[in-house]
Amino acid sequence: MDLSYGSEYDLFREEVRSFIREFKDKQPKADDGIKSQAMRDWQSLLVQHGYHSRTIPEAYGGFGAEPDIIKSRIIAEEFGAQRVHRGFNGQGVTMLTPVLLEMGTEEQKKTFIEPTIRAEMIWCQGYSEPGAGSDLASLTTKAELDGDDWVVNGQKIWTSTAHHADWIFCLVRTEPEAPKHLGISFLLFRMDTPGIEIRPLVDMTGDANFNEVFFTDVRVPKTQIVGERGQGWQVANAILGHERGSLATPDAALNRLNGVKRLMREESINGAPIMDNPIFRDRLMKLEGRALAMQYNDMRLLSAKINKNQDVRLAAMIVKLAGTELRHEIECLGIDVMGEIGLSYGDNPHLRGHGSWQYQYMFYLGLIIGGGTSQIQKNIISERGLDMPKEPKIPLKVAQAAPDGASREA
Amino acid sequence: MDFGLSQDQRLLDESLRKFLTSEVPLDSVRKLAAGESSDASVWQGLASMGLAGVLIPEAYGGAQLGMLDAVAIAEALGYAACPGPFMSTAVMASYYLEQAGATDPLAAMAAGTYRVGIAFSDAIGTRKGHIVEVDSALSGQSLFALDAEADAYLIGLGDGRVFMIEASEVVRTPLTTVDVTRSVCELTLNDTPACLVSSDPELLKQTLYRGRAIQAADTLGAAQYMLDEAVAYALERKQFNRVIGSFQAVKHMCAEMASQLEPCRAFVWYAGHAFDEAADEAALTACHAKAHLAEVGQFVAKTSTEVHGGMGFTDLVGLHYWFKRIGFNRQLLGSPEAVRQEAAVLDELRRP
Repeated sequence: MDLSYGSEYDLFREEVRSFIREFKDKQPKADDGIKSQAMRDWQSLLVQHGYHSRTIPEAYGGFGAEPDIIKSRIIAEEFGAQRVHRGFNGQGVTMLTPVLLEMGTEEQKKTFIEPTIRAEMIWCQGYSEPGAGSDLASLTTKAELDGDDWVVNGQKIWTSTAHHADWIFCLVRTEPEAPKHLGISFLLFRMDTPGIEIRPLVDMTGDANFNEVFFTDVRVPKTQIVGERGQGWQVANAILGHERGSLATPDAALNRLNGVKRLMREESINGAPIMDNPIFRDRLMKLEGRALAMQYNDMRLLSAKINKNQDVRLAAMIVKLAGTELRHEIECLGIDVMGEIGLSYGDNPHLRGHGSWQYQYMFYLGLIIGGGTSQIQKNIISERGLDMPKEPKIPLKVAQAAPDGASREA
Repeated sequence: MDFGLSQDQRLLDESLRKFLTSEVPLDSVRKLAAGESSDASVWQGLASMGLAGVLIPEAYGGAQLGMLDAVAIAEALGYAACPGPFMSTAVMASYYLEQAGATDPLAAMAAGTYRVGIAFSDAIGTRKGHIVEVDSALSGQSLFALDAEADAYLIGLGDGRVFMIEASEVVRTPLTTVDVTRSVCELTLNDTPACLVSSDPELLKQTLYRGRAIQAADTLGAAQYMLDEAVAYALERKQFNRVIGSFQAVKHMCAEMASQLEPCRAFVWYAGHAFDEAADEAALTACHAKAHLAEVGQFVAKTSTEVHGGMGFTDLVGLHYWFKRIGFNRQLLGSPEAVRQEAAVLDELRRP
């Protein structure tokens, strides 16, 4: 076991630190939106120095460095420690760009990657539909070829950045006769194309973190497809893998746990700090044990990326399930230690932490469900991690006859 | 950077597991349970692989390895539900005696011919009948002394002092526990002369923390065995014309076990590593690992038994030996609640 990064990286860490010292003041302020000039300037500065889009080739506007997991980690550590803005990391940056690099045409790479990583082109993701959640491949939004255009009709849901997105990457059914996984294509189109309607979807937090997007005869040039016709499912799966782990980082869980500790020291009941209550303290320590397990698991995953000497498939697969459930419980403890104060919300003057405890408690329930529900995660873990068989398919006639329309799972 | 076991550690693990598969099959555990054999021959076998002296300096014939090696060994021993006094003599007593400068027994301990048991119950929480010292003689009872076959015992007192006493000097009553793979006894002393090894309460604590890290690793191994068995059984057993492992209800039980257990591997490795390389984190990490593995182990032990259905409840498949080993680890050297309370103190959340 060697947990040092090695002396050759000390110099790099120093470089990152001096960048932060010099440019920290230029980072966007809290009220600078994702389309503000301040955000774009900061983004350009980060890309120029290799602290964003580090490994994207220079030809596509990136920094063009060789992949180096440790350097990426050092950047994350230093920016995190100094609480410096990491730059814009929307779905276009984290999900579309890797896919274009792998499956896009040269022209698509040249057209889309640079403005995307410079936060000049904001993307939203059009995957889920009202009738296609866990069974995403059953999606029915269709695109039919008419001359040189695809004509798109249907509806998407859970489209998080739709209201300020310039473009959408969207799964549509182009081959209605093909088996469901083989009939899907991956289209790119502008969000100001005629026929697109966006409706905010208010969730249990009271905010509209997501939208519904409706398509009526939306015309898309037929070249704006990634991969071949009918290959969209492979493309989509390549990026879903990117999304899952990022929903539950152990560093954030430990930060929130420290927040609970602060609350427990500051808040008191009948004159005694909550921290002196053995029941709450035991719950806190239980969660700390779980959070530490996830942190060391994360170090093991990082190490496996560098050394390739360990099979960490299972260790990677459990992160979304275990991490989101853990985070939900940490937020719950934050609420519980406050007693009646814990019920405060919205503009209540007695809020603690700007109301983040109740908000995150609900938001993390959303993340337990989103990005592949906990139950779908358990299918993935048992089938791909433990090599257990898939649930056998019920013959279509039986399934349709079932009163509850049971099991459409692939 | 390399988080995990080194090449040497993996080789040791591999040969140890090979040895355990051939020399410690379920039948040998059953014989032990029936009182038809002792753990002596297994311990000799492990000693010949260098396990008895894993922490003992080379000068005394030991392997002079670290705690990361020791937790990796403990994980393999737990996986096999291997009988024997690894935690007590090879880790806790070896560490204590070496640190205290009482090196005389180390060579024989490394050879596996001399076993030093651990009687720390008073140091963990004083109970009725505890040991008192008057003029270098001890009186009273020490419950749950580890290793009923030991040649000598380290007896920890409530004030942190530790005395050593030869087994022949004490009345030793074997105690039945749920777990037959580790032997435990009650020591009765009646104005028995004893040798003070050290009065340093911190040394006793450091020894206790090492024991806890080993227990966490042992539970990890035992729970991994139970998960592997559950998955294998679910792929074999058929009901309603399908293997039960194709039902989501069963798959999800297995996925939940894996989801809780898999991060524990990195946790246990780090707990071992911390003693070797990050001393200021070692105590807290060991306490957290011990308490966390107690909870995860209990969940896996219950769930794996349920996946086996009625067979899991019988003696026929022998799964209960691992269930009980995990239960033993949960209580010994502090229950999860008591250990978390200590963790809170170490975390500086609350003064003792």
